[in-house]
Amino acid sequence: MLDKAIVGSRTYWAWILLLMGISGVGVLSYLYQFHFGLKVTGLSRDVSWGFYIAQFTFLVGVAASAVMLVIPYYLHDYKKFGKIVILGEFLAVSAVIMCILFIFVDLGQPMRVMNVMLHPTPWSVMFWDMIVLMGYLGLNIFIGWTVLAAERKQVAPPKWIKPFIYLSVPWAVSIHTVTAFLYSGLPGRHFWLTAIMAPRFLASAFAAGPALLIILCLIVRNVSKFDPGKEPIQTLAKIVAYAMTANVFFFLLEVFTAFYSGIPSHQHSLQYLFTGLEGHSNLVPWMWTAAILAFISLALLIVPKFRKNENILAVACAIVFIATWIDKGMGLVVGGFIPNPFERITEYTPTLPELLITFGVWAIGFLVLTVLYKVAVSIREELG
Amino acid sequence: MSMDRREFLKIAGLSTILGGVGGATILGGLRGEDVEASDSSHAHGNRPASTLAMVVDVRKFRNESEYQRCIDACHKVHNVPTIENPKHEVKWLWREDFEHSFPGQGHEFMEEGVEHKDFMLLCNHCEKPACVRVCPTQATFKRKSDGIVMMDYHRCIGCRFCMAACPYGARSFNWQDPRGFISNPNPEFPTRMKGVVEKCNFCAERLRKGLKPACVEACRDNKAMVFGDLEDRNSEVREILRTHYTIQRKPQAGTNPRVFYVIGG
Repeated sequence: MLDKAIVGSRTYWAWILLLMGISGVGVLSYLYQFHFGLKVTGLSRDVSWGFYIAQFTFLVGVAASAVMLVIPYYLHDYKKFGKIVILGEFLAVSAVIMCILFIFVDLGQPMRVMNVMLHPTPWSVMFWDMIVLMGYLGLNIFIGWTVLAAERKQVAPPKWIKPFIYLSVPWAVSIHTVTAFLYSGLPGRHFWLTAIMAPRFLASAFAAGPALLIILCLIVRNVSKFDPGKEPIQTLAKIVAYAMTANVFFFLLEVFTAFYSGIPSHQHSLQYLFTGLEGHSNLVPWMWTAAILAFISLALLIVPKFRKNENILAVACAIVFIATWIDKGMGLVVGGFIPNPFERITEYTPTLPELLITFGVWAIGFLVLTVLYKVAVSIREELG
Repeated sequence: MSMDRREFLKIAGLSTILGGVGGATILGGLRGEDVEASDSSHAHGNRPASTLAMVVDVRKFRNESEYQRCIDACHKVHNVPTIENPKHEVKWLWREDFEHSFPGQGHEFMEEGVEHKDFMLLCNHCEKPACVRVCPTQATFKRKSDGIVMMDYHRCIGCRFCMAACPYGARSFNWQDPRGFISNPNPEFPTRMKGVVEKCNFCAERLRKGLKPACVEACRDNKAMVFGDLEDRNSEVREILRTHYTIQRKPQAGTNPRVFYVIGG
């Protein structure tokens, strides 16, 4: 089926070349970082995780969101999702690949990455995160490919694939829960030490992932003869609306607990993010952008008149994506490190090599996504 | 096992040569729990054979050079690089004022002597170390024989999960190759490479030779840092803890730090 990916229009190849170019720049920048060490990033003793881990955390959510198509289609027999479920699974595949790459580029000694498997450590959440991410990647490639191959031959998917599909549902929840546990299980980081971390992660994931998927469906409709259809997009839009509402609600719960209890250590990170702390306020404009965009997106998604207009919906989805990317990426990761364990403040700004490596990884992810979507869409076009 | 590997091999080897009873020693060693049980017979209940700890008596540091002497001794013997940029700095032992050593534990009217005093900070060698819990490769681990939280620089993948987990900011990462920042390296202790985490090791390499930690030795005149075994009722650390009011950093983190501070009185 991969042969479908090597025939395409000029635009297709131009897009592929563009992505290859950006990933090439990323690879070169990574070699630079590999040689000189992570000092080429903006990271420090105090803010020891930054842009890479932020992308990782955000993308785990995008990956998990495939379950928002799998549940309605396979568990509730919502037939309308039949056409796009494969797009969700392939989006998950590319998102998990990006996650793995973002972890890899963040390592100080990447050549030793196999130590995680050579010395399996069940009490480390990071060990489990590796297991669930690898497993989820395998499941989605396997399920997506098998179902698509059956569809190509115009036969029903083999029965034995069903257990794998059912397994992928709790597995999707697990990848984001375990990722939340990376943060919420640490004793000294007040901003992260919250039981609502995993639910918040899932809510923002089920907003950001389907929002991206809607945009991708609209792009697919424009560049190919395959139309995902109006109704599935509208159903996805409702999912985004509910999830984004829950996400904003969960965030406000955090604000209440921190400020009504009056416990300073619970307030510091939020203060740093939204008002600045002791004169440090690098992230304030970003966080207010995220907050304002979040409320605009809610207005656009909740009012049926706006949501049903696909142009407005596309804008709303882009806004959801940006707002959750800022909040869950930089806001969550960097916010957790400020103030540091001594209650001193060191700020963080990503450097140029760091940005280029990040763009590179995104480009690789979109390359994988483009190839997989090309295969899926070409088969749909063939079948008419 | 509370004997260290080197010691065990020495005894096993020696006894093999002398009386051919090495086999029995090795078998006993392999069974492990026998040695543990016999070694801990003098300990109370489930307690380990030994728990090393430090008491820092900050009253006894009289001037800046007394702090610096300890810090220099530590950093010198362990090839800790001197990096000016605070973002990339590596430190095993350092000074910090009360407010930042014990955040949330001070108040605006507190005694000025304590408020303006500098404290010596280092790895707490916690009883329940968060860094050990999170490390995905066991590159950082707690030594059973004496409770030291150790690092294997050759296994560390540089994920920095331990740095996020440590509530005490005790861990430093080598953001670059540290070797250019060490003047006159000590050939007896390894230098590190870029991309790994490091921290205080309670001078495990010196203890093996029967020496005291370098910082303790450096301030032997004023006895501002005292080191010893918490399981030994008659040890100097137990004596100080019994007779002075001491505090630990962030006891609420549930890690049970093994570094104690005498702050006044």
